[in-house]
Amino acid sequence: MKLKALSISEVNSYIKRILTNDPILYNLKVKGEVSNLKMHTSGHIYMSLKDNKSKINCVIFKNNVPKNLNLEEGLEVRASGYISLYEKDGSYQLYINSIDVEGIGNLHVEFAKLKQKLQNEGLFDEKYKKKIPSMPNNIGVITSLTGAALRDIINVIARRYPKVNIRIYPVLVQGDSSADDIVYAIDFLNKREFIDVIILARGGGSIEELWSFNEEKVARSIFKSQIPIISAVGHETDFTISDFVSDLRAPTPSAGAEISVPSYIDIRDRLDISKDRMNKIFENKVYTYKKDLDSTKKDIDITYKGIIKDKFICTDNCLKNIENAINKKLVLTRNELDYIGQNLNNLSPLSVMSRGYTLVEKDDKLVKNPKNLKLGDNINVLFEKVCVNCKIQNIKEVD
Amino acid sequence: MNYEVSYKRLQEIIASLEEETISLDESLKLYEEGIRLYRHCNKLLESAQLKITRFSNDTLEEIEIDIEEV
Repeated sequence: MKLKALSISEVNSYIKRILTNDPILYNLKVKGEVSNLKMHTSGHIYMSLKDNKSKINCVIFKNNVPKNLNLEEGLEVRASGYISLYEKDGSYQLYINSIDVEGIGNLHVEFAKLKQKLQNEGLFDEKYKKKIPSMPNNIGVITSLTGAALRDIINVIARRYPKVNIRIYPVLVQGDSSADDIVYAIDFLNKREFIDVIILARGGGSIEELWSFNEEKVARSIFKSQIPIISAVGHETDFTISDFVSDLRAPTPSAGAEISVPSYIDIRDRLDISKDRMNKIFENKVYTYKKDLDSTKKDIDITYKGIIKDKFICTDNCLKNIENAINKKLVLTRNELDYIGQNLNNLSPLSVMSRGYTLVEKDDKLVKNPKNLKLGDNINVLFEKVCVNCKIQNIKEVD
Repeated sequence: MNYEVSYKRLQEIIASLEEETISLDESLKLYEEGIRLYRHCNKLLESAQLKITRFSNDTLEEIEIDIEEV
């Protein structure tokens, strides 16, 4: 029998019908590894799913893409959908209706549920969050001994504020016993009252690796803690339950360390500036007082000198007055004396004698009364400059 | 007295000293107290040192570790 020749379209159309009518192929659940992942700008996702022997091309249309889908090359996924033919090029694909990253979808849901539950209970409320002490002496660090988180924390603190005691409580930060470890560590440190603040830290990782920080028992332990806890888990974009319930979230372990201590240099500077300021203020005050004192002293000096000067002037004037008075009196007295002297002169016998009058002496005695004279007596007649010795020859009364 | 309390008191003293109305005697007293506080704060700052210890899982004792070790 000769077969009729079909067109390509007819062949493809037929194949498509077979494929889409097959009950198994129409309702498939597959598991495989993501490869050749292409996120199209249209919102559709194209990729291949493979196992170690073969692969199949897939597409997820935009409206089937779940909200928190985080596809990556190499991820193990489970997907459900149907096989159909893309008629244009004769290739078949798996058209995916829903896809789940192995186990992961679960975790996201769990996370959201626990977050809501604890939020409703009030565990995230601001009012429960304790203040981080500004100058701690003892910092408790709960983290893995290996790994970059601890190293980063120590480096930051050593650089910024090498004045504290860092007390490490090592824990497993992932795996089955990690959550219990962390709970125990928080409890342990809380029994040591000298611890001022706790940094709960872990480096970056996937949601599975960070999972212990999302566990309910860890959240409750953080909430119960009397010592403030800084949650420094993962990278900047990772958020864990511990971030919400702790007293402060830090985006990374380094940031956690940075928040937990002050800057030594700042404190040092502020102290020194304060001291300088105080010195300056006090100096100024003393200077002001001294200036005031000096100025008062000057005033006193000036006033005092003024007073003294006045007194001197006064005294000088007095002296002058006395001098003048004395001089006047001297002159007056001299005049008086001269006057008296003059009179004396005039009355002086010598003055009289210079006018020709004489004195008579007998036996060296002045004769006042001529009745005492006898004839024959020797008398001296005193002229001004001459003395004449005489013998009395005749005595006659004259009227 | 801890650092923060001392430092706060130091700031109070500086504020008081800045007031015009304060007497010289009072200034002197406050200044002396201020210097004492500064010395105290200084001592606290200088004497504190970085120490890194770790609680041993088994025995709950503290073991000192070096910065290099980590």
